[in-house]
Amino acid sequence: MSFIVGSGLTRYGRHEGRTSLDLMTEAATGALADAALARQDIDGVLCGYSTTMPHLMLATVFAEHFGLHPRYAQCVQMGGATGLGLVMLAHHLVRSGAARRILVVAGENRMTGQSRDSVVQVLAQVGHPVYEVPLGASIPAYYGLVASRYMRAFGNSERDFAALAVLMRQHALRHEGAQFRTPITEEEVLASRPIATPLKLLDCCATADGACAVVVSAEPTGANAVRVLGAAQHHNAQHISAMDDLTQLGAGACTARALQSAGRKLADVEYAGIYDSFTITLTMLLEEIGLAPRGRAGQWAREGRFGREGAVPLNLHGGLLSYGHCGVAGAMAHLAEAHLQLTGRAGERQAPRAGLTLLHADGGVLSSHVSVVLEKA
Amino acid sequence: MSDAQPTSEIDTRLHYQRCGACGHAWYFRRDFCPACGDTAPQALAASGAGRLYAATLVHRAPSEEFKALVPYAIVLADMGEGFRVMGHGEPGLALDTPVRCELRGIAGRLIPFFVKDHYAS
Repeated sequence: MSFIVGSGLTRYGRHEGRTSLDLMTEAATGALADAALARQDIDGVLCGYSTTMPHLMLATVFAEHFGLHPRYAQCVQMGGATGLGLVMLAHHLVRSGAARRILVVAGENRMTGQSRDSVVQVLAQVGHPVYEVPLGASIPAYYGLVASRYMRAFGNSERDFAALAVLMRQHALRHEGAQFRTPITEEEVLASRPIATPLKLLDCCATADGACAVVVSAEPTGANAVRVLGAAQHHNAQHISAMDDLTQLGAGACTARALQSAGRKLADVEYAGIYDSFTITLTMLLEEIGLAPRGRAGQWAREGRFGREGAVPLNLHGGLLSYGHCGVAGAMAHLAEAHLQLTGRAGERQAPRAGLTLLHADGGVLSSHVSVVLEKA
Repeated sequence: MSDAQPTSEIDTRLHYQRCGACGHAWYFRRDFCPACGDTAPQALAASGAGRLYAATLVHRAPSEEFKALVPYAIVLADMGEGFRVMGHGEPGLALDTPVRCELRGIAGRLIPFFVKDHYAS
């Protein structure tokens, strides 16, 4: 058993002049305050990576900078799945007794710390360096390929994808920390400029600066504890050229194992935080996990099933598509929002019935998957 | 007229590997079979015949050398020999239709390029 006892989340967007360590510090400070813990209470540090501050030992660098003396510290690299991978690792470390209160922190100035071309090039390295990257393929191109196959298999339309971009924007309107807070329509998504068909600009998340942190503890200390009930991973081939079937990702089996380890069923889920790097990503994950039938995620979004008062409220902070995406911390914002929802502190975003929570993220091009199940303590 | 033969020819055939022990075929070159571990895989030239598995038209290039080429189609094709390849393709190729692969010089490299196979069914 482990507990998330505090979370800290910065505004996502432009943070001119602030470094990865600056942003991580802000989030870590917030998480400690939320948990009512001091630096000396923390005995473990888990970090991801920062593309603007590549380092062999970022966890130790951050611990020194922030003023921590952990008995356990390490970094994890799983692309977009890193944030939930860190929480899963913290859960197991706490249960094993290797540490009792672990600060999980990630952040970077991905937007202002480098040129956009540099971001695109760094991220394209997710592809194969010999057989994919030299073709001029990019991350949106990989997801465009996946989308073409998925649409053929299950009949989703570009308008169905657009409905999910609209939903994430609607949710972001209620969060002052979100990067994008101007309402959009399906027509505007469809008319936005093409990036890699069928994906258009508003089907893709943008790049942000920002950071997020949580404290994972062996005990439910403080006033804001939620229980980590279970977690699971699934890994496909790294490269989409080497994946057998681009319409079967293993995400469904992964969440099923996480729910099983939690002793719960999918039908029990009352809040969901699902990775949404592109509208196709969110579509595939929702449909494979079983939170929407195949081909119907967009329609279900239009019908309000994923809204604040719907059957399964989804990414009520706005997700990567509208709250923003700053690397490892991107998917951790889903976790921070779930923490607020489960502790009844989400203000005007608060879902009336946010109980059992399912989080799922993927890294690479749907390559690595992590699911985490939370509930009220 | 000289009857001299060209001293070197660029091989424009697509190559893959097959395991003599278990029969597995794959594209990313290795000196062992990733399915069974056999250490004597064969390097073979593919027929070039395949079927289009996925396709996207890229409008925003990731690097300077590809910016002049946009929009260009990136595709995945399943080859007749049982392996999958990413390459460029003719724009507008429909999924699941027969395609034919040849290596073409694009952005300074020989890369797989897929065209519609009008003679396959």
